[in-house]
Amino acid sequence: MATLAHGTPEIAAEEPVNYLNVEHGWKSWLFTTDHKRIAVLYLISITLMFFVGGFMAVLFRINLLEPEGIFSAETYNRLFSMHGIVMVFFFLVPSIPATLANFLIPIMIGAKDLAFPRINLLSWYIYVVGAILTMYAVVRGGVDTGWTFYAPYSSTFSNSYVLAAAFGVFTAGFSSILTGLNFIVTVHKMRAPGMTWSRLPLFVWSNYATGLIQVLGTPVLAIVLLLLAFERIAHVGIFDPNIGGDPILFQHLFWFYSHPAVYIMILPGMGVISEIVSCFSRKRVFGYNFVAFSSMAIAVLSFVVWGHHMFITGESVYTGLAFSFLSFMVAVPSAIKVFNWTATMYKGSVSFDTPMLYAFGFIGLFTIGGLTGLFLATLATDVATHGTYFVVAHFHYVMVGGMVMAFLGGIHFWWPKMTGRMYSEAWSKFAALIVFIGFNLTFFPQFILGYMGMPRRYHAYPPEFQALNVLSSAGASVLGVGYIIPMIYLLWSLKYGPKAGPNPWGAAGLEWQTQSPPTTFNFDETPIVTEEAYNYGPLEEVIG
Amino acid sequence: MTSHAHIPNVRTLVIVWLALLCLTALTTTVSYLELGWLNIVVALAIAVLKASMVVWIFMAVRYTTSLTKLFVVAGLVWLGIMILLTASDYTSRDWTYQPQPWSHNAAAGASR
Amino acid sequence: MAETVIPVGQEPTAEETHLRHHFATPAQQMDAATLGMWTFLITEVLFFGGMFAAYAIYRGMYMDAFASTSEFMNVVLGGTNTAVLICSSLTMALGVRAAQLSNRKQLQLFLVLTMIFGTIFLVIKGFEYHAKWVEHLVPGFNFHYPIPQFERHAQILFFLYFCMTGMHALHMIVGLGLLSYLLIQATRKVFSATYYAPVEMIGLYWHFVDIVWIFLFPLLYLIGHRK
Repeated sequence: MATLAHGTPEIAAEEPVNYLNVEHGWKSWLFTTDHKRIAVLYLISITLMFFVGGFMAVLFRINLLEPEGIFSAETYNRLFSMHGIVMVFFFLVPSIPATLANFLIPIMIGAKDLAFPRINLLSWYIYVVGAILTMYAVVRGGVDTGWTFYAPYSSTFSNSYVLAAAFGVFTAGFSSILTGLNFIVTVHKMRAPGMTWSRLPLFVWSNYATGLIQVLGTPVLAIVLLLLAFERIAHVGIFDPNIGGDPILFQHLFWFYSHPAVYIMILPGMGVISEIVSCFSRKRVFGYNFVAFSSMAIAVLSFVVWGHHMFITGESVYTGLAFSFLSFMVAVPSAIKVFNWTATMYKGSVSFDTPMLYAFGFIGLFTIGGLTGLFLATLATDVATHGTYFVVAHFHYVMVGGMVMAFLGGIHFWWPKMTGRMYSEAWSKFAALIVFIGFNLTFFPQFILGYMGMPRRYHAYPPEFQALNVLSSAGASVLGVGYIIPMIYLLWSLKYGPKAGPNPWGAAGLEWQTQSPPTTFNFDETPIVTEEAYNYGPLEEVIG
Repeated sequence: MTSHAHIPNVRTLVIVWLALLCLTALTTTVSYLELGWLNIVVALAIAVLKASMVVWIFMAVRYTTSLTKLFVVAGLVWLGIMILLTASDYTSRDWTYQPQPWSHNAAAGASR
Repeated sequence: MAETVIPVGQEPTAEETHLRHHFATPAQQMDAATLGMWTFLITEVLFFGGMFAAYAIYRGMYMDAFASTSEFMNVVLGGTNTAVLICSSLTMALGVRAAQLSNRKQLQLFLVLTMIFGTIFLVIKGFEYHAKWVEHLVPGFNFHYPIPQFERHAQILFFLYFCMTGMHALHMIVGLGLLSYLLIQATRKVFSATYYAPVEMIGLYWHFVDIVWIFLFPLLYLIGHRK
């Protein structure tokens, strides 16, 4: 933010007024109601949290270099728990919705702003308060319950700072609710004339679906964390088996939010991929309607599969059977998306710009992550793989291989729009490659480890697992480098990058028709939409 | 916004208010009768009826767009999903065949 | 409908309708506010829903213990409070109507009445909480149940009682704060037939809080009086 604010004055003379240079000073940022500025505030905050969470990961990957561990078991438990809490609630959940979607949805639908700009700013402040509470827990010594806060360990036995972290997550949840609420109302009520539902970019569809999940799921997380806090403070017995409370009930309510939450984390990424694949294949997304409705189907089905986290925790077998079946169903819309992206590229004019490289990474890695999810949704297989590194690898393939890839792809795709500057093509391609290699080195060995039976969440392991663990830790260091390189060249581009122009990719979509960076109200006059999304004509027209 | 706003009729509001008060008295009275499992059904039915009246008239959902109606219904459906799927676990846990320890009449266990 | 007082053919100015810059028309602004409010209420439904789910599960498990607690619930006070809240809903609805008709005096009157009913509710609730404390029925702090065989499981119901009614009371307190805000704004002559969205939205919130109590009353007070 400081870089942006200070970087603009010297070029202000030549540059037209845009949302970045229209006002200066910290007040113009902290009291802004411009969705684009709030998106930038979010981008800075979540990047900080990403590196906090990443730092924890570095530490525990160092620990796992040695079979007997380097840190104590307590330290290790706190490291992986804080990694999970920070990454899930403070990076992944707000990652694309609060930054890219916040920036782009109003522009994509031809609106001046989100429906409730002040609530949008409020959501950022709430996020910051939640992050501070959680950071307080980290500084005091962390939490050792895992990101899932399972009772009765978290409510009765843990000696760590559960309350501070739980309240941090509780608070951040409201920020997520407000973002989702804003998106839902904005998409319903703020579309420009002619922007019908069937003309919405798929990025808007997927974030609309995400908004529904945020609104419908997050309150349940709030209440279950509140019940947990009462239990921990006053020992009221709601989750205490000693007086007849049922810890499984905590898991039911927790996963009623937290399973849909993984779709909060992946759906916006799918939207980004739809935009990128279409742009760099110069083709309309294959089966637009199917891709749009698969987002909605995922949003709905995501709420009826949570029991697959509890197959071996005492849940009824019959319920497990139903949840297993429903979990298989949710694979259908996900597969539709993957097939349709692939079909979009077929006979398209594919170019290999950096965003497209991330999109390729996403499609491949998400497919692996999704298919291994089916192994885990199978009752019998889950008995063997539950609680092993197989699960860890599975969700990192979806969350990191999927969402972080999509996030980086989206940042690279819309960076010229957000900042008006281009970054180094060579460096960005190099970084994309490093991220892909580092990611696979880190997490593929974990599939094998899990299959061989290495349990997750232990600070030590049998010596025969060392080779694969060292490989994984080495991969993590490569991955870390892959994340730091974009930080450097993107910041560099703010000052030294060449000017991007309104539409550097020759992409379709309203966001590319306004200037880069856009003005405060996005358009000089409200656009009137007359064509479908992704209206990519023959190639020669686009280049001109 | 002024042209399409519905201005409620005082008489309707008062009738609903009286009906809500009567239903409160009714649900209290019924709770003192022994109806077995029907007690909870009646109590919930009356509560749902009262809530519907508040939503429909006081909250003027009757006069809003079908989109608002859809949202209201969706909220309730999701509440239903949460409670029903959670309850499905608790109600079906006992159904599972539990092998008896074998000194303990194995035949009876197997025939269950 | 017949009482509409909007002068025909006279478009209200942006200032009169409090139109914010990013909306095209007052109708769009009103639609967005309504949809936003309902979406918020859905989150509230699911927030309370978590507690209702816990209630349903534990009631299914420990019906006898739950039924035994009715002896310690004050049906008269609970029923009175139900009636009080229903009255406050009526006055709130009449208040919205007054705002729609630009009747400032009536609006102020009904807002004050709603706040009085809300306060009565909280005072009665306070007496009930006090009685529970005196009878040692506050889980976690002061719990000693006179029926020994149900002591463990009844504690769960009393916790849910305090959690649900406490969260409800918290919403009432927030509601009273919002009503005070409306009253101040009404006194400043902010609301009229061209601009009454805050009254309507806070009205929706108030009715929602009433609905929660409509369910809490039978579920917490009327479980097992049948002997």
